[in-house]
Amino acid sequence: MRFTGRCWKFGDNIPTDRLVKSQYVFEPMSEIVKHVLEDLNPAFPAEVRPGDIVVAGRHFGQSSGRAIATKALQATGIGCVVADTFARTFYRNCFEIGLPALALDGVTDAVSDGDVLTVDIATGDFRNENTGATRTGAAADPFLLQMLDAGGLIKLAAARSDLFA
Amino acid sequence: MTAKTFAQKALERASGETDLQPGQIVDAFPDLYMSHTASWRCIRTLEKMGVEELYDVDRIAMVMDHISPAQTAKTAADHQLCREFAAKMGVKHFFDVNAGIAHIVLMENGLVKPGQLIIGTDSHSTIYGALGAFGTGVGFSEITAAWVTGKLWMKVPQSIRVQVEGGLPAGTYPKDVMLRLIGDLGADGATYCSVEFGGSFTEAMSVSERMTFCNLAMEMGAKNAFVAPDQTTVDYLDAAGARDYEVMLPDPDAEYQRTVTVDGSSLTPQVAVPHTVDNVVGVDEVAGTKVNQVFIGSCANAKYDDLAIAAKVLAGHRVADGVRLIVTPASASVMAKAAADGIVSTLIEAGAMLTNPGCGACAGNGGAMADGEATFSTANRNFQGRMGSYDSKIYLGSPATAAATAIRGSIAHPAEVDG
Repeated sequence: MRFTGRCWKFGDNIPTDRLVKSQYVFEPMSEIVKHVLEDLNPAFPAEVRPGDIVVAGRHFGQSSGRAIATKALQATGIGCVVADTFARTFYRNCFEIGLPALALDGVTDAVSDGDVLTVDIATGDFRNENTGATRTGAAADPFLLQMLDAGGLIKLAAARSDLFA
Repeated sequence: MTAKTFAQKALERASGETDLQPGQIVDAFPDLYMSHTASWRCIRTLEKMGVEELYDVDRIAMVMDHISPAQTAKTAADHQLCREFAAKMGVKHFFDVNAGIAHIVLMENGLVKPGQLIIGTDSHSTIYGALGAFGTGVGFSEITAAWVTGKLWMKVPQSIRVQVEGGLPAGTYPKDVMLRLIGDLGADGATYCSVEFGGSFTEAMSVSERMTFCNLAMEMGAKNAFVAPDQTTVDYLDAAGARDYEVMLPDPDAEYQRTVTVDGSSLTPQVAVPHTVDNVVGVDEVAGTKVNQVFIGSCANAKYDDLAIAAKVLAGHRVADGVRLIVTPASASVMAKAAADGIVSTLIEAGAMLTNPGCGACAGNGGAMADGEATFSTANRNFQGRMGSYDSKIYLGSPATAAATAIRGSIAHPAEVDG
């Protein structure tokens, strides 16, 4: 499960309320996606391309466990999200909806906006293709990888009833 | 046999596994699946799965708390869907828009018991630790998966021990202890950890105060929180009609990632200032800051004792001109008791606006602010734009500080207006 894409870098302690502001929570996803993280980087929702990689600092996705925040990030078409650390419910929600996520402490020190990054969710390997810097996080738990492969928890439950018998 | 924390024991019980270590992932079978107003999302997901048979319908609890009563035809339809689903499937633990905040309602109704694993579509599900249960927040589809399969993946957390000792000075409350702790440890100070509260102050607290502790543990990133059940807990459970449970305690020599000790006697009232919960200062540092609105509500601080404390401060006073004081009791039974005891009249005579029980302004249901306004709130979150305008501010503190602030029209120490 390997991804190569352009880096969009964000800071520490970003709450779900800033990924999707409360005024957009009940809008259709086609509208929400135009505003993801807009007040932290207005260029992001306008210029993000499929396969790009979001890199954030500590405690990414804190506050409310609203899954809409991860869904909105996924709807931008990014390949995966990497952060120094994740808030617990945000991390769960990523796997629940099938958005690959890697916790890699110190990753923000190794990237700048626009760098091309390669991330392997399964092994935890990380490389900045522009600078050559490498980092290694924890390998993903096999169960979580299965969930990503299936496209999320519900699809996994539907496809693999034997796992949930 | 190595000594075990509460989290290790609770997840061993729920998964049937033995000797679980922090970091391990297990399939756990929760005792209760709580879903709030967003239950409609769980139902829609179930429809997409095309499944008719549920694992155990008696483990489902639905509470229509976040938007109550309905504001729009859309939310009315969401409620309708939930009501019809509950009737069709035979969901016994269905609480409608009149009941109050899910967490409080479930505990009042004896549905939360020591040692149980309880998942909820709300991050503040950590609150169930007040009764010695393992409560944790999960996503909507995760609740749906649990309805069908009965289980959900859980990572065994590290545990942090927080010892709160001594007594609190006048005007200082459990909310202040937690705000100071969140300020000191940071919003990610306990991420993915089980937080076990102990110490002489914790042991002396009421169940309601323990709820405030366990609720706010989420704001330092905790996966769950825990206060060891004792006679206080048993008395509460008896009154709530909870039967057939087994108290689960951590082993005395269990291993903790860290132990933090808080000396309650040196504390003052604390305030979380905009725009993060871990941005905490003593009340004196922000005293005099003008507010337009005061909100006494939420699962953190709108229980009976919280309203009683606020009423005591407000008795014989009037809310400052131009300030809106909104009081939203946590549950219908809290409201009924407060009405019977005269607390409701005291609040109304002081100029408060009483709303129906529920999440109210904390979940964005009424109480929105205009550009440039500020609210002092007893809730648990102050992120930018959470209560209306993006250009507004939220300060968090105890019900006593909130009541004093409503009287002054600016942030004030409760002692300033007492007596």
